[in-house]
Amino acid sequence: MSIATPEFGTAGPEAGARSEDYLWTLNFGPQHPATHTTLRLVLKLDGERVVDAMPEMGYLHSGFEKIGEHLSFNQYVTVTDRMNYISPMANNVAWHGAVETLLGIELTPRCTYIRTIIAELARISDHLLSNGAVGLDTGAFTFFLYGFYQREVIYDIFETLCGARFTNSYTRVGGASHDFTPLVIEKIRIFLKNFPKTLNDMERLLTRNRIFVDRTKGVGVLTKEEAINGGATGPVARASGVTRDLRKDDPYLAYGDLDFQVCCASAGDCYSRYLVRMQEMRESLRIVAQALENLPAGPVDVGIGQRVARPTKQQVYSTIEGTISHFELSMSNRGFEVPHEESYAATEAPNGELGFYIVGDGSENAYRARCRPPSVLHFALFPQLIRGHTLSDVVAVLGSLNIIAAELDR
Amino acid sequence: MAVVHSGSSGGLELPENVMVGQLDALANWCRKNSLWPMPFATACCGIELMATGAAKHDLARFGAEVFRFSPRQCDLMIVAGRVVMKMLPVLQRIWQQMHEPKWCISMGACASTGGVFDTYAVVQGIDRFIPVDMYVPGCPPRPEQLIQAIIDLQDKIQREGTITGREFDTAGRQLRKRALVEMAGPLTSDASRNPMLQRELAAAADAVAAKT
Amino acid sequence: MPSMPLAVDDILAGLAARCGAVETSVFRGQTRVVVPEPRSFEALAWLKEQGFDLLIDVTCVDYLEYPGAKHRYGLVYLLVSTATNCRLTVRVFVDDPDPTVKSVVPLWAAANWLEREVWDLFGIRFSGHPDLRRLVMPQEFTAHPLRKDYPLQGRGERHNFPIITRDHS
Repeated sequence: MSIATPEFGTAGPEAGARSEDYLWTLNFGPQHPATHTTLRLVLKLDGERVVDAMPEMGYLHSGFEKIGEHLSFNQYVTVTDRMNYISPMANNVAWHGAVETLLGIELTPRCTYIRTIIAELARISDHLLSNGAVGLDTGAFTFFLYGFYQREVIYDIFETLCGARFTNSYTRVGGASHDFTPLVIEKIRIFLKNFPKTLNDMERLLTRNRIFVDRTKGVGVLTKEEAINGGATGPVARASGVTRDLRKDDPYLAYGDLDFQVCCASAGDCYSRYLVRMQEMRESLRIVAQALENLPAGPVDVGIGQRVARPTKQQVYSTIEGTISHFELSMSNRGFEVPHEESYAATEAPNGELGFYIVGDGSENAYRARCRPPSVLHFALFPQLIRGHTLSDVVAVLGSLNIIAAELDR
Repeated sequence: MAVVHSGSSGGLELPENVMVGQLDALANWCRKNSLWPMPFATACCGIELMATGAAKHDLARFGAEVFRFSPRQCDLMIVAGRVVMKMLPVLQRIWQQMHEPKWCISMGACASTGGVFDTYAVVQGIDRFIPVDMYVPGCPPRPEQLIQAIIDLQDKIQREGTITGREFDTAGRQLRKRALVEMAGPLTSDASRNPMLQRELAAAADAVAAKT
Repeated sequence: MPSMPLAVDDILAGLAARCGAVETSVFRGQTRVVVPEPRSFEALAWLKEQGFDLLIDVTCVDYLEYPGAKHRYGLVYLLVSTATNCRLTVRVFVDDPDPTVKSVVPLWAAANWLEREVWDLFGIRFSGHPDLRRLVMPQEFTAHPLRKDYPLQGRGERHNFPIITRDHS
């Protein structure tokens, strides 16, 4: 197999002159346990050392953006579930946040708090899996099982909330499919009470574990300048000292009202990314706890005057406005009033900045639904992170970048 | 297991701890209880596949938890998630690398039919291009469903399996079973609309002609 | 890097002074600026000097069926300044045949894969790109699927594979 031109201008003047016959090429993926999903690396090896890596993607390209042009704003949320499928709720929130920016809809206070809570729960479940995967790949299986057990608890909360355990499709334009019930709140309270204990256990298992620290410290170092230049966002950038978090910098939903910290590290290696994720879970717990205690009363969906969210059954049967609104939203030729405009709105998804660039053409479907995925840019950084490290570090770096193929390829 | 019947057979006195049974049943019993899945996890279903193997659901209880990522070691491919144009040649190659006997579970709507992704890039069901034994509906299926599929597959292996792998012989499966011919005698059914039976009848007629 | 971060109005004025006529508009608090295609690289390089150090996204919109569109393809560059958290959307319009823009990979490494994706899905050529190959579709693929004249279900490429039966494997 031939290796194509290395990325990022590594083929300097000496690279061409040097004889590379002694190097051998290893194909890694697209079906490999440590890729978790489907991505491919072509590694150039000098013995154990990785001289160069050529990442390749597209093994899960399913045409999400094309499908977005054929589904209405409410239908497309099911497809966003399948984007970053280890935290579907965060994608739901990002998508409908972007749609509401385009349509100019102001959410109800209760809805913003509910979305904040579920987005943070999704962040916890995402970080549990991504850190668990780093542990799994470096040989710590118990850590992964601890994490997955708590993910099941979060699945259970989501199932109680909206009926689906995994691909939730929870949000709607101008609201959500279900309101919080007392049972959901109770379950989240129990989770808040029990989770710190598991988190402590997990930290005790891995954070000072000699093997794990040796495997991850100083491996895959990303400097701050490289992170910014390469477009890294989220925990990957924050572990390199980029103090950028959209929840603070550009507060959306209810984040402006809540007290939390942005977790950063400066080393930029795999271990820092692990630490940032662990710490972010604690901050997310604080956010959920505050938001849950201050959950405003009132409706979840915006009022029937705005004609975007479906009215309740009672409104349909007892008020003329409700009936009209219901009728208009059900007819295919009425529906939303979408401006002939385009807008971009982003949220701080667990993986980084997840934004949608939506072009409206007056119809209920987006004319173009571009998803700005954090994983693509993180995966593009991979060659410069792995160069010079050993083959066994490939899995640690891949795991710590948390590349999700469905979000990568869409 | 009850599949290998113990005790005397046809008046033959057997020593202790000796059982007599069909060789097929014994082979099936071994095969079904040592399924080594190859998780071909591409997308969301892969996470549920992980959940199936992880805490709480624990696939190990059903004798199929030895996930091996090398196709050479596996005999059950679980295709979890959509398979796209770029991935299908990989899937086919991995399927061909697996050793016989091998089975395939198509997990989830996308692998089975393309699911919601009726787009230019997504293969509309892997069974168009590789053989599939079991389909699991759902988007994604719950872990319980996958466990049920594995149990059903084990049941299928027990029922249909043969030690020589005749059940995988697609041409042979079309022929009538030998036992059926013996029991029912020569073909008497209407062969006018069944080309397979027509060929069999013609072959039988030729054999008779050759004898005389 | 300037010592003082510029206000958006100053940046737009500076951009107009350097690149001739630029159209600006604001929608939902987002400032968009349209830069003429031949000057796009200079404009973006200047913007990077002004502190827009983070390239969030490079994407494209095919305006083939869009009511009232003057050009076919509209490229979108989303820029952010990590120091001031100021956002700016830069639009560049190009047309058939052979839509070409100058690559911004020398400015932001992040543009590498994003531009490859745009080339792959829209067929916009980026001159000066170090490695302009397809990113997500197979290399032998010929169409550009996110163009509006390409059907959602494709042109049958997804059915074009050998069939493996039990007899073959």
